[in-house]
Amino acid sequence: MALVTRSKFERPDDAFRAIVEAHRGLSEEASADLDAALVLILANHIGDIDVLREAIELARRRMVEARQQQQQQQQQQQ
Amino acid sequence: MPMSQGNSQDEPRAKTRFGYHRHADQSRLGADIAIHPVVVVGAGPVGLSLAIDLAQRGQPVLLLDDADRIGEGSRAICFSKRSLEFWDRLGVGQRMVDKGVVWQVGKIFHGASLLYQFDLLPEQGHKRPAFINLQQFYAEAYLVDRVGELPAISLRWRNKVVGLERRNDHVVLSIETPEGPYRIGASYVVACDGARSTLRQMVGAEFAGQVFEDQFLIADVKMTAEFPTERWFWFDPPFHAGRSALLHKQPDDVWRIDLQLDRDADPVAERQPENVRPRIARMLGHDHFDFEWISLYKFQCRRMASFLHGRVIFAGDAAHQVSPFGARGANSGLEDAENLGWKLDRVLRRTSPETLLESYNTERSQAADENIRESTRSTDFMAPNSPCEARLRKVVLSLAKETEFGKRMVNGGRLSVPSIYQTPLSTADCEDWRGGPRPGASMVDAPISKPGGEASYLTDAFVDAGRGFALVAFADGEAIDLPEEVAMIPIGSAGLSDAAGLLAARYDARPGTAYLLRPDGYVAARFRHPTRSAIEAALLRASGNN
Repeated sequence: MALVTRSKFERPDDAFRAIVEAHRGLSEEASADLDAALVLILANHIGDIDVLREAIELARRRMVEARQQQQQQQQQQQ
Repeated sequence: MPMSQGNSQDEPRAKTRFGYHRHADQSRLGADIAIHPVVVVGAGPVGLSLAIDLAQRGQPVLLLDDADRIGEGSRAICFSKRSLEFWDRLGVGQRMVDKGVVWQVGKIFHGASLLYQFDLLPEQGHKRPAFINLQQFYAEAYLVDRVGELPAISLRWRNKVVGLERRNDHVVLSIETPEGPYRIGASYVVACDGARSTLRQMVGAEFAGQVFEDQFLIADVKMTAEFPTERWFWFDPPFHAGRSALLHKQPDDVWRIDLQLDRDADPVAERQPENVRPRIARMLGHDHFDFEWISLYKFQCRRMASFLHGRVIFAGDAAHQVSPFGARGANSGLEDAENLGWKLDRVLRRTSPETLLESYNTERSQAADENIRESTRSTDFMAPNSPCEARLRKVVLSLAKETEFGKRMVNGGRLSVPSIYQTPLSTADCEDWRGGPRPGASMVDAPISKPGGEASYLTDAFVDAGRGFALVAFADGEAIDLPEEVAMIPIGSAGLSDAAGLLAARYDARPGTAYLLRPDGYVAARFRHPTRSAIEAALLRASGNN
């Protein structure tokens, strides 16, 4: 694994807060634009295509899990 | 090929109409048919160039075309340095360059402002420029003239292949002419009959890939203008909001304009000059121009699974098709021709086994995949497929204004460069190299001077060496014992002089360094201190004889 997932920020809450505050007051559209810009800026900063691919894979797993959860909830409701 | 809509107001100033002439082959009936070693089908840039290459290598070539004229419209207009170097070997390079518009700088605009510019050949000391722009009909006309100088080529217009039977050791073609049908036999058939190849259908091959929904309008306009000779590409220009546009200069005061249209634009209406005129006038800021050609096209990126179907070999658009952004269509077809010519010649002479042709499929498949990948990415960037892709593109364009990485992500077309082949013909490096073209890469040009002091180039020395295998050897005082079929290009001492040191720098050369070049100018092997046995082994490998 080239992607580092161990916590690196000394104060993780500050990092999370900084991103939250950057989105504050933005429409959903503008917020999505901001995220896209952030992704590209940070991806270039990392500058390693293997790390980027691993990060994408990790992020995409959330989408799969979220969909499975949703399906389970729907089945339970039925 | 775009769906062309002829609108030419000037006849091009080169011979483009040719007559049908009966050939004695047509009088041979029944089983007594003429047998030709190689038949090339399609007299476009690829078929013509391949026929010339084969003829120069001593092969008699039958070249068939179903029309009696060169297609109208500028069509492929950007010819790469690599293509020009191939055409130099065919004896037509200088004429193309003399007529063509030389360019190497591209500019990318977003809205009204310049985003960035790139230089495709930033260093000096190359015989040929990064690109020339030249209408395809000129390129074809010059190639046809060259064919006329080579008695080994029989070029037959209005000879349409309508049937193909594959036999064990040859192929039989049925041909229709104005005077009726006839049949011929061929040891090998090379299909250079374009994107709608009928030979591809005859062998039953699939041609699968991606279809793009976006429509593009090509207009060639004639006007005198003071724009620089650069490739200008716009995202979201003020004169064509929300779309992309491309402007390119051609010879004869003709300018190529490509405009992206809406996906649902009506092709018939969009092509009408009265509808095209206001768009172009908005772009140019004036109405003082005439149309030479208007065409509307959609494109596809696709390829055949294999370019070899027994004794029927596919090249150019017949074998693979790309979107036009990147000048990868005609140039990759010409690279197919230069890759195939020497191999087919060796197989016909039996100096290499038939399996050498598999390396054509291997090497050119890699190139086709690369060209399809690059041109698909460019097309997706220009015409995003979803709101998400559109968002990412918008963000890249805005980041490009203030960051270098953003500029480099903007994709307004990645222009054709030769592929580096991963190929069984290459001998892997086993010494220390810090630069220079590696095995599988095409030769790099550099200035040299001849023994008399005359300025020249390495690419010229390669042509002079006879277009076969050649060893570029940097002298260290030791004589090299060469296999007979390898020509020597000696650098230093009594040979060619590398006074500026650019050749040695571009080849990471020290005294004793030698590069073995294939007949298509690609590097087969390189050595710090070559021995006869090492050169022989590399030669056997590169000619498929190992």
